[in-house]
Amino acid sequence: MKPLISAKHVSVYRDSQPVLKDVSLDIGENDFTTIIGPNGAGKSMLLKCLMGFYAPDKGHVTPREGLKIGYVPQRLTADPTIPITTRRFISLRKKVTKKEVLSVVEETGIEASLEKPLSVLSGGELQRVLLARALLDSPELLVLDEPAQNLDITGQLGFYKLLDRVYHERNLSVLMVSHDLHLVMSSTKNVLCLFKEVCCMGEPRVVARDPEFVSLFGDDMAQLMASYQHHDHNHGHDHDHDHAYHEHGHTITQMPVSAQKIGHKDHA
Amino acid sequence: MLEPFVLRALAAGIGIALIAGPLGCFVVWRRMAYFGDSLAHSALLGIALGLLTGISSNLGTVLVCSAFALILLWLQHTRILATDTLLGILAHAALSLGMVAISFAGNQRFDLHSYLFGDILTVRVEDLYWIFGGGVIALTLLFKNWFSLLLMTIHEDLAKAEGVRTFWVNLLLMLLMTIVVAVSIRIVGILLITSLLAIPAATARQWVRSPEAMAFLAAIFGLLAVIGGIFGSAYFDTPTGPSIVTAATAMFAFLFPIAALVKRQRAFP
Repeated sequence: MKPLISAKHVSVYRDSQPVLKDVSLDIGENDFTTIIGPNGAGKSMLLKCLMGFYAPDKGHVTPREGLKIGYVPQRLTADPTIPITTRRFISLRKKVTKKEVLSVVEETGIEASLEKPLSVLSGGELQRVLLARALLDSPELLVLDEPAQNLDITGQLGFYKLLDRVYHERNLSVLMVSHDLHLVMSSTKNVLCLFKEVCCMGEPRVVARDPEFVSLFGDDMAQLMASYQHHDHNHGHDHDHDHAYHEHGHTITQMPVSAQKIGHKDHA
Repeated sequence: MLEPFVLRALAAGIGIALIAGPLGCFVVWRRMAYFGDSLAHSALLGIALGLLTGISSNLGTVLVCSAFALILLWLQHTRILATDTLLGILAHAALSLGMVAISFAGNQRFDLHSYLFGDILTVRVEDLYWIFGGGVIALTLLFKNWFSLLLMTIHEDLAKAEGVRTFWVNLLLMLLMTIVVAVSIRIVGILLITSLLAIPAATARQWVRSPEAMAFLAAIFGLLAVIGGIFGSAYFDTPTGPSIVTAATAMFAFLFPIAALVKRQRAFP
């Protein structure tokens, strides 16, 4: 099956400094890929390249013919000088019927926000509105750029739960940049750990044990991941992995050693 | 009866108000007031160009202001200096160049004052062609791109993701402003053009719930300000531009607190 988007050897330079180095990535059907990485790792730039906002200096990005993308930006600062209701904003520009609008409104549970001015919505409501808007016109791929960055923890949990439901019900692909890996661990199929280049990539549980991951995110994240693994253990699949991780989790004080081991790399 | 020059000025003013209202909304939403001001300053160089080469000063202004917008876009693209710095450099460079060029032209009949503050006596029939021709083109382009402009104003990347070519739409908005600046100079003058864009739109903001209603109401407020200002200017023999802006400001000052009161009434009945 042809991938929805295929990026081959993408490199971007700004002021002759590399922003992305030789990144290759395929987004397939029904994929859920989460891109993680520290600030300045080039995550947003990679999204820009994948969505065709920015032409990479080297390599190329090929979207599948006629690919429909729904985009959820990091945040929307609704300016109170622009008088617009939420309903109007959702249907702005897109050719949609009232029925379609109603169906995404119901799907994302934003009925109460519809007649309010966009500028009075809370951060959580706004992100749901943006998701609803992205779902119009039945996209094959949802692209989200740190969608829960500015929400409190309840808001984050709520948003990711909604996203998980949308992903399963709609059978679409999701490509997301997120810092909240511990929250999306159970939804995401693939994790791409980025620091200008692809540090590691694969299933979340595999990536979480990768020394590159630990060196980028440190002990705290490893702790969080360990607690996730316990949850996962309770669900009872993939025992081998879990036991292997238990060892790792209990000897967490050794993490800095492994971090040090690869510390001589340029991104330490 | 009205003198013919007052009628010409009224016709010109009405044309300008109708386009300045909707465009003024974007000036308010996209914080382009300083850009509009700088554009107007650079118009003096266009007028100088007209005097020196013999082309119409309207055409000269459109050419210079468009060049101004393109140079600004290019300099912004280099990301070396902030936009307000660039505008400060470009606006005053163009203004100074214009003044130097005009003094070289040595035209005895040049009345700087009427260019800075507008003068209804200077409106000719030819100017009306410019205003209504330019106005119709500007309004058509504005409405054709209304949704793209609106979405881009709310969120630039969201618009890009939905296929809006934001670079071109942005350029279009700048060029529409150069048209309005060029055709407004006779009536309101270089120094006051931005207020004709910003004040009616700002006055309209509190009374509306949709972007289109704001554009419509801004055009109405602009119309009232222009008509009131031109009559005031004709009968009290006051400078035209300042009279129009005074009328617009009076409306703003009167309606702003009322809107606040009405909103409070609704919130705490």
